[in-house]
Amino acid sequence: MSRKLDIRNGRVDLSHGSGGRAMAQLITELFHTAFDNDWLRAGNDQSAFDAPSGRMVMTTDSYVVSPLFFPGGDIGALAVNGTVNDLVMAGARPLYLSAGFIVEEGLPLADLDRVARSMGAASRAAKTPIITGDTKVVERGKADGVFITTAGVGVVPPGIEISGDRAKPGDVVLLSGTIGDHGVAVMSKRQGLSFETDIVSDCAALHELVAAMVAAAGGAIHVMRDPTRGGLAATLNEIAGQSRVGVRLAEHAVPVRPQVAAACELLGLDPLFVANEGKLVAIVAPEAADTLLAAMRAHPLGAEAAMIGKIVADDRHFVQMTTAFGGERVIDWLTGEQLPRIC
Amino acid sequence: MKHVDEYRDGDLARGVARRIAAETRPDRAYRFMEFCGGHTHAISRYGIDDLLPENLRMIHGPGCPVCVLPMGRIDDAIALARRPEVTLCTYADLMRVPASGGASLMKARAEGADIRMVYSTLDALEIARNAPQREVVFFAIGFETTTPPTATAIRLAQREGLENFSVFCNHVLTPAAIDAILRSGETVVDGFIGPAHVSTIIGARPYARFAQEFGKPVVIAGFEPLDVAQAILMLLRQANEGRSEVENEYIRAVTQDGNRKAQAEVDEIFELRESFEWRGLGEIPDSALRLRPAYAAFDAERRFAMQPCAARDNPACECGAILRGVKHPRDCKLFGRGCTPQTPMGACMVSSEGSCAAFWSYGRFREKAVS
Amino acid sequence: MCLAIPARVVELLDNDMARVDLDGVTKTISLALVEDVAANDYVVLHVGYALAKIDEAEAEKTLALLREAALIGGVA
Repeated sequence: MSRKLDIRNGRVDLSHGSGGRAMAQLITELFHTAFDNDWLRAGNDQSAFDAPSGRMVMTTDSYVVSPLFFPGGDIGALAVNGTVNDLVMAGARPLYLSAGFIVEEGLPLADLDRVARSMGAASRAAKTPIITGDTKVVERGKADGVFITTAGVGVVPPGIEISGDRAKPGDVVLLSGTIGDHGVAVMSKRQGLSFETDIVSDCAALHELVAAMVAAAGGAIHVMRDPTRGGLAATLNEIAGQSRVGVRLAEHAVPVRPQVAAACELLGLDPLFVANEGKLVAIVAPEAADTLLAAMRAHPLGAEAAMIGKIVADDRHFVQMTTAFGGERVIDWLTGEQLPRIC
Repeated sequence: MKHVDEYRDGDLARGVARRIAAETRPDRAYRFMEFCGGHTHAISRYGIDDLLPENLRMIHGPGCPVCVLPMGRIDDAIALARRPEVTLCTYADLMRVPASGGASLMKARAEGADIRMVYSTLDALEIARNAPQREVVFFAIGFETTTPPTATAIRLAQREGLENFSVFCNHVLTPAAIDAILRSGETVVDGFIGPAHVSTIIGARPYARFAQEFGKPVVIAGFEPLDVAQAILMLLRQANEGRSEVENEYIRAVTQDGNRKAQAEVDEIFELRESFEWRGLGEIPDSALRLRPAYAAFDAERRFAMQPCAARDNPACECGAILRGVKHPRDCKLFGRGCTPQTPMGACMVSSEGSCAAFWSYGRFREKAVS
Repeated sequence: MCLAIPARVVELLDNDMARVDLDGVTKTISLALVEDVAANDYVVLHVGYALAKIDEAEAEKTLALLREAALIGGVA
């Protein structure tokens, strides 16, 4: 009998990715334990499931966040929730996930275990098991601790047609809650930006919130997207381009936590461009807006949902905002990541 | 946020806007320059232009230290960062500024140069303490607001005996720039909004000579949109009454004398350069600082025997005229054609408070022509 | 230029440093450039340094002026 994996003190080394006994042990003792389902325990390179009837959706994502652990979450929870969210943004019921790991030689097994357990918990909460996976190990310095790539599949209920190109003039823009929480939480742990705050990432799976919205008025939802990297501004600009329309927002209607606003002021950042991991934007037919807003507010993850704007005809596809001060500004799509500024 | 939110009140804004409209004389035009890039940003971000009457226009001045930094100085910094022993610390504002040949600090870092973004000179000192084997150089930019923090860092480094810390100094002076603009005679302005935080350091006194010598009113304004609106109202009144005085709207943070302690700190470490090149404004005498000989060990230019490179701007780039308030971004042939926030060709576009970036982000929707 | 923000001093620390609070976000900053700062004072914070103390009385005067301007302007 070989020794058990020393999760407390051990580190990942190249043998854990080489296909031999060490890798098998890592997979069985660490990943299978954390993900805990029969598909994985069967030990095959693929897992079978019956194809559901209806339209299927599939998504893939990669997670490279640093630091791996931040207030309110970690790369594992992000990976599961992020992938589930990509599926549910189509109005779909999430079914299964896959997870591939590229691990940096030298990563403490305790960290990998913590990430895996977090993924297991998130996947159980979302009722979306991780049914297949892969593990590779790269030399020290070639990965930031661990990179995770996922894929997910889901099925869309009949009567639901949600797509980025379906926003129409007259539609209402709904936002499920406060913006900027995730980005600020991660930033507070980054080197060189040391500030202390109670802000935690909003990392969460939105399947239940979306199910409630679909049940309330699914046919009236034209577009749904989660504003992750690039923030609300990027998401609305994407949609404006895809649907070939303009977006008009009211600044006072966009919910931002005072601490998030303060942290952004400190660093010279605009919350509109800061990442979120547990929020969605929905663009809906105006007659169903009140119903959908009520359905969102009835769910804990949508408690602060708000109507933030509307869709208009605009052949320049601008996203414009009326400021709380009474003026107008265009919300542009940033070139790259928003950087702190001193000027 | 206390001392912030009160000055962003939309209702008060509309009231002040009505006052401005009521007191603007229909038979003349008013052109006021906000010197400071932070004010340019506030005007854009809050849409203050929308609250002003048609015949009252704000002209964006050159008070953006990123915008006026000649490309050659970025080239110099990149050359420094490429030395294997150097860790270059910089404010994030500079990372994307275009240097010669399409280079930038961001790209240099991607190519392997050790470049770190810092929030404060205190962070750069900490990096130097923790890596005694590295040559840590702080890329210092900024007007009088940002200079004292650099001075303090050098004083602390000396006190601690830190031998691996130095500064690449590009600190510039506000009154010299205002002087250059007024002397050029090109810019027709009826008054200036004086910078908020430069003034907390230098006080209100240094602006007196512009009011007296050139007959231009100056109103020092706080950073928030209501401060700016109130300052515009005060300038309007001066213009209407034929006065040219220095007034202080930002009385909660600016005094006549300014911050003597910070001034002394700066005076201890720095001296005037005879001349310094400003992008768009050319060589301006007595407009910038360098470290005094006593602090030569902390002066990166001496420590690394830096050979300055002069770099030419794209001849079609109108950043200079725009910085002097003579041309508008839409007057530049490159604006929107080759020069965009994604592909900035000049600093007016790369810095979010540069006139071109501000116009691109906040002003374009008012105009049909530009894409 | 010169992004600066008012922050409330929570605690004075050694070596001319202090902890400040901005709506629940706290940061350790330098007081090397200012004098006579006490807990609960508001300072103007720029790149990790306090540049000036905010004069509460003058702030009140400014707000009063603004309100007056707005009133004459005819705010409903």
